[in-house]
Parts: sequence; structure tokens; C-alpha cells
Amino acid sequence: MESKVSPPGDRGAAEEQPAVRLAGIDITFHLKGGSRYQAVKGIDLAVAPGEFVSVVGPTGCGKSTLLNAAAGLLTPSAGKVSIFGQPLSGLNRRAGYLFQQDALMPWKTALDNVKVALEPMGVSDAEADKRARDWLGRVGLRAFVERYPHMLSGGQRKRVALAQMLIRDPEILLMDEPFGPLDAQTRQIMGNLLLDLWSRDRKALIFVTHDLEEAIALSDRVVVMTAGPAAGIVADYKVPLARPRDIAEIRLEKAFHEIHRDIWASLRVEVQKAYAMGEGRELVEGAAS
Amino acid sequence: MNRVKLLSLQVLVMIVFLAIWHVVTTTSLFGDIKTTQFFFSTPADVLARTWKQLTGADIYYHLGITLTETVLAFVIGSAAGIFFGFAFARNELLAAVFDPYIKAANALPRVVLAPIFALWFGLGIWSKVALGFTLVFFIVFFNVYQGVREVSPTVLANARMLGMNERQLFRHVYWPSALTWMFSSLHTSVGFALVGAVVGEYLGSSAGLGYKIHEAESVFDVTGVFSGMLILAIFVILIDSIVTLVENRLLVWRPGQSSTTTT
Repeated sequence: MESKVSPPGDRGAAEEQPAVRLAGIDITFHLKGGSRYQAVKGIDLAVAPGEFVSVVGPTGCGKSTLLNAAAGLLTPSAGKVSIFGQPLSGLNRRAGYLFQQDALMPWKTALDNVKVALEPMGVSDAEADKRARDWLGRVGLRAFVERYPHMLSGGQRKRVALAQMLIRDPEILLMDEPFGPLDAQTRQIMGNLLLDLWSRDRKALIFVTHDLEEAIALSDRVVVMTAGPAAGIVADYKVPLARPRDIAEIRLEKAFHEIHRDIWASLRVEVQKAYAMGEGRELVEGAAS
Repeated sequence: MNRVKLLSLQVLVMIVFLAIWHVVTTTSLFGDIKTTQFFFSTPADVLARTWKQLTGADIYYHLGITLTETVLAFVIGSAAGIFFGFAFARNELLAAVFDPYIKAANALPRVVLAPIFALWFGLGIWSKVALGFTLVFFIVFFNVYQGVREVSPTVLANARMLGMNERQLFRHVYWPSALTWMFSSLHTSVGFALVGAVVGEYLGSSAGLGYKIHEAESVFDVTGVFSGMLILAIFVILIDSIVTLVENRLLVWRPGQSSTTTT
């Protein structure tokens, strides 16, 4: 990755800059009562434009913390975040974020939730309405535009959130275990939908998950984090699977099993460490296969 | 339990209550009829008086006064509650400095203020509005404060990631959240506005339902007192059902509120 970074001052090579670059990131939380918790330490990660990178690791290892640093939602205690070569200060305006929890405004209908994403961009109401309906159609919710979030299923709410994020056409997509709360079938359907939408204009995408199978099926690269506290990156694997993929079918391929075995070998150590520390309340899914 | 059964049981309770009242006050089983009627009147008299009042014009003048006071206390109290609720929720220092004073003011039984308000604002409607205001203000204030403070951090982070500025956050996130909390206390705050109006009238006025009841009490007209209470109860139920209608309309997005569309 290091070789890809162009020398400072070379403006002409802006295209070559990684979309997201984390260099020597430390994140420490100051807890109540004066104690500190160092979530992550010395993280180096670069994500190229158009690259789909998954971050896996044991529960509580700071995957989401890392994503929040890339989003500008929290400032690292040390290290540098660069977005297309520019140092990040404040919120990352070029990124869209898909949250694990429900992040839709419950007092707005699906349509209004998607429309409101265009308001900060100064899009006129009529135009926003048209585009929001179009996007809700693309995520398969044409018949549900007037529903409030509580009238939608978990998977449908995620679809609305996806439309809300993508309608702004962000250059970087950040996803924090977005399909975590969904059941297995819905997850596969959402995974395929995500791949379908993403492959049209391939943005840089960081996908945090604790499901290794999901990570491999979706991404170009899988990054494995160590158990927290002071979590770091222990391994970085390229996924040699051809696109377009079908998430359900790709799991049956031999190459899938090989890469799964390799990554699991390094991930298992970390999961066991997390367990030993009492942090691993939740098994890393896909571990049994 | 089905509706018909529930309704018939509810009606039964009323019939039994009226029957006991009737027997106690129209038979000599429990002592002298004149005495019991002086203290308790009779259901037939109360209903007849209520009917007479409701078909006359006079009572509507008094109801109109009480309604005006209630509405004014509610509107002004809510507006002030919303304004200060927002100001305090968005400004830690302000909230911290004023916290003990707000708590002290809220702990004060408002009835003791009624004579002061009568002194300051006279015996007209404004002293009653002021009393209702002190009741409504704190309910709305605390709810709006809570509503702004307890906006889901995820919803807020998401809105910020969508690029919203402070004004847009206010409009799309803080404001609706605060209103939700305010509406959830709508029944209480409207009820308290009415309590303020009636208590104020009761303690000193020349018009309104509270005045009517007080007037009947001062001449030991028990029938008039009960009839006034009955009219007040009908009035409260009417206002409350209007509030329920408004609430269902405004909180249509909330789970459990109103009916969901087909699935």
C-alpha cells in the first residue's frame, strides 16, 4: 500500500491517492472516573478508490471506532486520517455512513427520510422528490414510500437507509455492521442488493462486520483486527474471487473455502484471545464452517 | 372482552351508583329525608338542574370564559415551555445554573400563587391564565428539555453525516423529537391548564365554571354544586377527546399510535 501513496506536493497524482488513509491511528477513550481505555493502537490502513474492504475482528475490538475515525465522528488521539490525500478535520463530507442501529428519523416517512438527505445539497423539493422515489424504487421499496419506519421490517428500514446514503452519491461508503440485526436470509438478499448497487459505480467502501463469510463474499480485501484493548491490524488478505458474485452461491466455491480457511486461521487466535479476556460474548459468525 | 360487554358493565356501574344515591336520599332508611337531601341532593334533581342549565344560555357564557382561560394558559405556557426547554437543553451552563431554581419553583404548590395573581392581574381572566401558565409551563418545559437531550445519538450522527447544518438539525431532528415528548404530555398539560382556570375562578372571579360552583356552594345549594361538577366533568371529557384526536393525527408515525396501513 505504501508504494501507492504519491510524494507530498505531487498534486497531479490526486487520483492515485487512497480514498481513505489511516496512518498510525491511536484512539483512547476517557471514561468516567478518570480511567482510560485505549481502543485501537497504531492502525495503518489505506483503501483505494473503488475498493471494497471488509474489517473483521472479535466483538469489542474497535472496528466501529475505526470507522468513526474515518467518518470524522471522532478524532483520533494520535495519527492522521487523510481523505483523497487531504487531511481530515471535522466530519468527512465526502463519505456516507450506514449505521448498525436504526438511524432513520422515525417521524418521517420513507420518502421524506430519503428526500431530506438532499436538502443540505440544496436540491429543489420537486427534484428531491423525484430522485428519492427513484432511489426507493432501486432498493425495491416503490410500494412503501409513504410508510413510517415502524411500519417497515428491519430489512426494509435498512433499504431506506441505503437509499438515504446513496442518493447523495458519496465518494466513500462506510458501513458499520449494517446487516447485523437482520436474519440470515434477509442478510443475503441485502448483501446481493449492496453488491449490485455498488458495482455500478464502484466507490471506496469500508464494511465492518463480525461475519467472516459475509466479509469474504462481499469484498476485495479482508482486514483482520486483533482483540482489544489497543487493537491493531493483524492480517490483510486479498480475496481472489471474480465479480459479479452471488453471495449465496459463492460460498460453495472451492476458492471461497480456501480463503476462508486462511483468514479464519488468523482470526481464530484473536477470537480466542477476546474470549480469554471475557470480551468475546459473541462468537464470530461463520466460525463453525 | 368485547365492546358491548364492556360498555354494558360501565353503564351498570353508573346505574348502581345512581340507585344507591337515590335510595339514600329519597327514603328514610338513612335518617331524615330533608337532612340527607340537604347534604347530598338527589340524582334526579342534579340531572334536572344540569339539563336546565345545559339548555339555557347562561352556562355557555361561563363555559366560554373557562375555555378561553384554558386555551390561553395552554398556548402561552407551551410556547414559553418550548422556548426555555430548547434554550436550556442546548446550553449546559444555563441548565446547570438555573437547575435549583427551576426545581424550587416547580415544587411550589401553585394554589398559593392564586391570590398574588389576583392582586397583580385583577379578577378578570388574566389571573387565571397566569395560574394555568405556571402549571403548563413546567410540564412542557421538562418534556421539551428531555426530548432535545434524548435525541437518539445514532439518528443525530446520521443526520450530521448527511451534511445537515445546525438549522437543518433543529428542523429535522431536535424539533420533531421535542414535539413528540410534548405531545406525549398533551393530556396532562391541557388538564392542568383547565385546573388552573377553574381553581383561579373558584378563588376569586365573576365568571366561569369555577365561579358557578363557588356561587352555589356559598348559598349551600348542593344541587347546584353537583350539577356544576357534572358539567365540568362533561367539559373535561370533551376537551380530552379533542386532544386525543389531535394526538392521533400528529403522532401517526409512532408505533402503537393510530392504525397501520395494510401489511
